[in-house]
This record gives sequence, C-alpha cells and structure tokens, in this order.
Amino acid sequence: MDPIQSLIKELAVKHGRKRESLLPVLQGVVEQERYLSEHSMIEIARELDLPAAEVYGTATFYSFLEHRKMGRFIIRICKTISCSMKGKNQVLLAIQDMLKISTGETTPDGRFSLVETNCLGLCHKAPAMLINEEVYTDLTPEKVREILSDYMKK
Amino acid sequence: MTDYRMNILVCGGTGCRSSEGATLYDELVSLLADKGLEKEIQVVSTGCFGFCEKGPVVKILPDNTFYVQVQAADAREIIEEHIIKGRKVEHLLYTAPETGKKVSDSKHMDFYKKQVRIALRNCGFINPENIDEYVAREGYAAMAKCLGEMTPEQVIKEIKKAGLRGRGGAGFPTGTKWELTRKSEADQKYVVCNADEGDPGAFMDRSILEGDPHSVIEAMSICGYCIGADKGLVYIRAEYPLAIKRLKIALEQARNYGLLGENVLDTGFNFDIELRYGAGAFVCGEETALIHSMEGKRGEPTFKPPFPAEKGYLGKPTNVNNVETYANIPPIINKGSKWFSGIGTEKSKGTKVFALAGKINNVGLIEVPMGTTLREVIYDIGGGIKGGKEFKAVQTGGPSGGCLTKNFLDTPIDYESLTEAGSMMGSGGMIVMDEDDCMVSIAKFYLEFTLDESCGKCNPCRIGNKRLWEILDKISKGNGTKEDLNRLKLLSNVVKDASLCGLGQTSPNPILSTMDNFWDEYLAHVEDKRCPAGQCKAMMQYVIDPNKCTGCTLCSRICPVAAIEGERKKPHEIDPEKCIKCGACMEKCKFEAISVA
Repeated sequence: MDPIQSLIKELAVKHGRKRESLLPVLQGVVEQERYLSEHSMIEIARELDLPAAEVYGTATFYSFLEHRKMGRFIIRICKTISCSMKGKNQVLLAIQDMLKISTGETTPDGRFSLVETNCLGLCHKAPAMLINEEVYTDLTPEKVREILSDYMKK
Repeated sequence: MTDYRMNILVCGGTGCRSSEGATLYDELVSLLADKGLEKEIQVVSTGCFGFCEKGPVVKILPDNTFYVQVQAADAREIIEEHIIKGRKVEHLLYTAPETGKKVSDSKHMDFYKKQVRIALRNCGFINPENIDEYVAREGYAAMAKCLGEMTPEQVIKEIKKAGLRGRGGAGFPTGTKWELTRKSEADQKYVVCNADEGDPGAFMDRSILEGDPHSVIEAMSICGYCIGADKGLVYIRAEYPLAIKRLKIALEQARNYGLLGENVLDTGFNFDIELRYGAGAFVCGEETALIHSMEGKRGEPTFKPPFPAEKGYLGKPTNVNNVETYANIPPIINKGSKWFSGIGTEKSKGTKVFALAGKINNVGLIEVPMGTTLREVIYDIGGGIKGGKEFKAVQTGGPSGGCLTKNFLDTPIDYESLTEAGSMMGSGGMIVMDEDDCMVSIAKFYLEFTLDESCGKCNPCRIGNKRLWEILDKISKGNGTKEDLNRLKLLSNVVKDASLCGLGQTSPNPILSTMDNFWDEYLAHVEDKRCPAGQCKAMMQYVIDPNKCTGCTLCSRICPVAAIEGERKKPHEIDPEKCIKCGACMEKCKFEAISVA
C-alpha cells in the first residue's frame, strides 16, 4: 500500500465509509497532501465504494479542495469589495513581484501558491489574506514583503 | 471573574489578534507575574469588542476604562500606571472626534451609546475558551429552564411570541420553523447551525462564534429538545480557523460538564453536536445546498418544497438556523418573550448585528435595535464617512441586496422597510461608499462575485449572470449603448424570476438598485462615455492644462509609452490614442498641470 492509500484508509476508518464521509475524507487528504491528485481521488472512490466521477465532481465543486498540485504555503488573498477599496491590488502586485508568479500559479520550488479568494470575513481589517491557516490583516505592500520574507526562511 | 480585584480584558478576535492582540496578552500576563499580581488581577482574552477600527482594544474592569490601539509595548504602562497607581493612561484613551476630548468609559462613547447587545451580549466580556465564564453570565440557564420546567410546546410558543425572525437574511419566523420541524414525524431529526457566512463585508457570525460559542451550543440543544432531535451539526466555513478552534474547545467543555451528551442534566434528554467544515463555496449558505454539502455531495441547491423541516439532512426533518438567530434564543428564554418583543418594530423584533465596512470611520461590529435608522448607524455609531468625504451609498444584504442612497438614510432598519427601499436585510454586512466609488463598477464587482459562486446548476443563474456581467463590463469600458441599459434591466428581471435558488433570484439586485438610484451615472457611462466618479479606467482621459504647464519635459520623459509630446518651455500634450492611463505623469508633475477629465 502506498502512503496515499494508507492515509485514505485511515481517514475512512475515522470518518466512516458512508457518502456523508466523503467531504471529511477529501479534506483530510488535502490537509496532508495540500491537493487531490487523480490517484487520490480514484483511491478515495475505491475505499468509499463510489464512482470515481462522483468523487471528482464533488471535489472540483469546492474551491478549497484543490485538484492541482499546490505549494507548501497557499496564499489566499481576499479579492472582495471591502478589501479592494482598501488597496488589495497593490498588495497583490507586491506579492506577485516578490514571488515572481501570477495569481493561480505556484513557485517553481513548490513553496508558494497564490490564489485569490472571496470574502474572508475580515473586512474590518482589510486588506486580508490567509497563508494556510494563518490570518494576516491590514496589509500593505511593505507588510506583505516582510511576512513573505519570514516564510521564505521556513 | 469575581475572585479577582481587577480584570484586564484583551480583545482576542481574529482582527485584533492578528494585529497585536496575541503578543499583548502574553506581555500583560508576564508583567503581572513579575509584579506578583497574578492572583489579584486577571488578564482575559475575550471575543470581539466590535470597535475594530481602533483595535487592539483593552478594557479594564470594574472601572470600565477603554483603551484603544494598544501595542504590546504599552503593556508596561498599563500595568504600572493604571493597575498599580490607579492613574489612567491618557494617550491610550479614545478621543471623541467631534469634541476632541478623551473618553475613558466605553458607555460614554458614541459608538456604544445607541447599541443594544443581545446576540453579542458576551462578546468582549468573557473568555470564550472558558465555560465557567459563560455559566457565570446566565449561561446554560435557559437550557436548564427549558429541560426542567417547560414542555417543548411551551418553548416554541415563547419563541413565537418573542417574534424572533431568521437573522440569515430571509427573516422567516424562527418559532414557526421549529414548530414545523417538530410536527414532521420521523425516527431521526437534526438541528443544523448555518455558519457558512460568506457575504462580502460580513463577519457577524465569525465574531459570535469566536466570542461566545457556548450561546450557539446552548440554543442548538434547546432547539433539539423542542423539535425532538438528538443530533446537531454546525456547518462552518474553513476560512474561519479561530472560530473552529473555539467551537471545538467549547463543545469539549460542554461535554465534560454534562451539558451535551447522554442524559443532559439528568433529564433523560440526549443531544450532541458535530462539526462539518465547508470548503469554500458561498452557495452552501443556501440551506438545501448546505444540506447536500453535509451529505458529501456537490453543494447545489434543490427546489423547495420539500423544505428541510420535512425532508432535510439524509432525508430527515432538519431545522436550519444561522448563528445569530441561535445566539438570540437563550436571552429570550431567560428574560421572556415580552422583554424581547418590547425591543424593535412592529414586525421586526429584537436587535440586528451589523458589520460596518468600507469608507466609514468606525469599521466594526455593532448591534442595534430593529427600527434604528441607517443615519444613526452610519453617522452616530459609525462616525460618518472617512476623510470627511460625501456619503454616496450604503450596500446592505451583500450580493443579494442593493445600494441605498442618502434619500434612504432615514429608513428604519427592519426586514420590510429595507426590502421596500430596494435592498434587503441580508445577514448584516454593510459596506459604505463615498463619492469616489463608481456605482457601475460596484454592480460589476457583485456580479463577479456571483459568477464565481454560482453553482452552475440552473441556466438563468449560470448563463444569465455571465451575460449581465458582460454588459456591465462593456459599459464600464465605455462601449455601452442606451440599448444595453434596457437589456440589462430586462435580463436582470429574467434571472430573478427564473433562477432556482436564492442566489440567482437575488443576484441582479445590486444592478437593479444602482440603476434605480444612480440612473444618471449609468447614462453618463453610455452617453457621454464618462465615469463621474473617475474610477473606470477606460473612460479616463489625462489632460495637461496649457496655462499651468511650464514645459519642463519631466512628464514626457517618464511616460512609459511616449504619449506626451511638446517642445521645451512650451505646453505639452497627451496623445489619448497612445495613453495607457497609468497616471505616472500626474504623480510626477510639479505644477499640478495634469488632471483627469
């Protein structure tokens, strides 16, 4: 059994093999692997006894269940109106400039992925972003450069 | 809390924590320990105080001193001056903008004066990670009262009498919903809490879950007792890591205290709650979509009826309410329906929590009685528009709502009045716009959001919204015609009428309300090819005032596309064909000769 298969088995034991366990299992794989490969989706289908198309259909519906290979740190910058009003674009440009990637891309070394997301509910501290599960608010180009340099050392 | 001589409350909401709150808390704790005061004075990390604009916020009890924008470096001064010597730290006090005077007691701040906190009663007062503090403020008393002294029918009757309506947006009477679910017969029923908040500009539910998770747990248990369910599920969005963490802690503590689980409080009532995580899909806030998502499927809505009250999660009767609705339940039981229905207007009882965002001085979280006017919220509580600019519109109800102009400032906030005014209550996001905001761009923004979040199941929403966006895009690029405006209106109404769920049925509202209230602005875009707010890049034109231009040649040298020409010491000109509207020339001109026309 490869590591993905044993991870999926473990998750199926924990959450059960019913249809309603699918989302927790998918989320469990994303937590470990950061994305769902075709291989993981097929293995999940096998383990939960579902058609692979159903697993794929469900997984691709949700924006937090990535199905492309993602970097170690996923930067999700809020693109909602209240963040836009407070200078999100300059922050985004600063990130793109620093990492040399566009939105939706991953750095060649596989460390950072940059995506835009809808409202994070941090409008009172706009602009805001998430890096994995860490919340960063009141961003400015300078502040974001500082934050990213810290991550680059990790 | 009573064992301590003084309490230092530090805001531990996501906003304040991410700026400074977490280190500030550690600093205060370690300084108190250094001075040997840790047994007399307690530092409490609380939920959101609401005054996020000036965060991180620190409040000292019992004297109610309110410090704003506190940095970790200020901790020493607070301890040495205020705690030890009893002298207030002047420079950390809030300065009232109108009078320029320092205000030390939060009760005297305009921001708090008009607020009535029911759903937020514990946010900013208790440590949300400690169940004892919740219990000390009447926590779980409502549940004990229901289980011990009241029949489910009596509880439902009380909630119906209170007149509580759903706070998620639609405003369906909560008591009636519970009654319907109670009357559906089945071997298994479910209580669901919708914590999939996602409207742009909304953070009410996050703040309640971060600041007072037990109130939601208690209310869900009461609901379970009423409808005859022993299982609850909270569907919470993955974007809220702190709320998830605190909810998990709260559930664990409630189980340890015997307030969840089997035979709760020795009454024979069984109830437990499970967490389910969203995965970044706004449409899952629609109740049927939410249920499908919990069932492990794509979060697509289905036609109602059947309503979840008859056929919900796994085909069983399910009661779905949102976070704020639940947070109102315990006070209604504790203080009685008469007290609750005494607050608010004839048809909208109680209070509503709003998240203020955008171009307003005091961004933050507020709770006001229904019937408060928009003017009171924006000017008295919100402190008016940032930078002394002119108020243009307030957007309520997120992507389903509309933009209200200054003509509506005296509209009382209740479900009916806001709908009549062309917007809606929605879940409580309020985004304030000033004179610099272009209403066509705002409508376009909301449509972009809908495009992202439409599940794609029904054609009017999937295709119709895309076409609407394209027309708006055309208008904002200066290529629109008057015919486009008619088409925009017509198609908006088709999408509204023909879409399957609430998302599509309301998604054209931002367009329709901006067209109603800002028709001139739309006309300017299509007829004069002009954006009055100066936001639509395609329609901007940079011009040089020949009277001010000295011919220094600076602008022509920095223009990246060589669009500026002119002889030395003679007025220059910009070629609009070549100009890419980057604005570099205007920024560099020392004589203010370049402006946007």
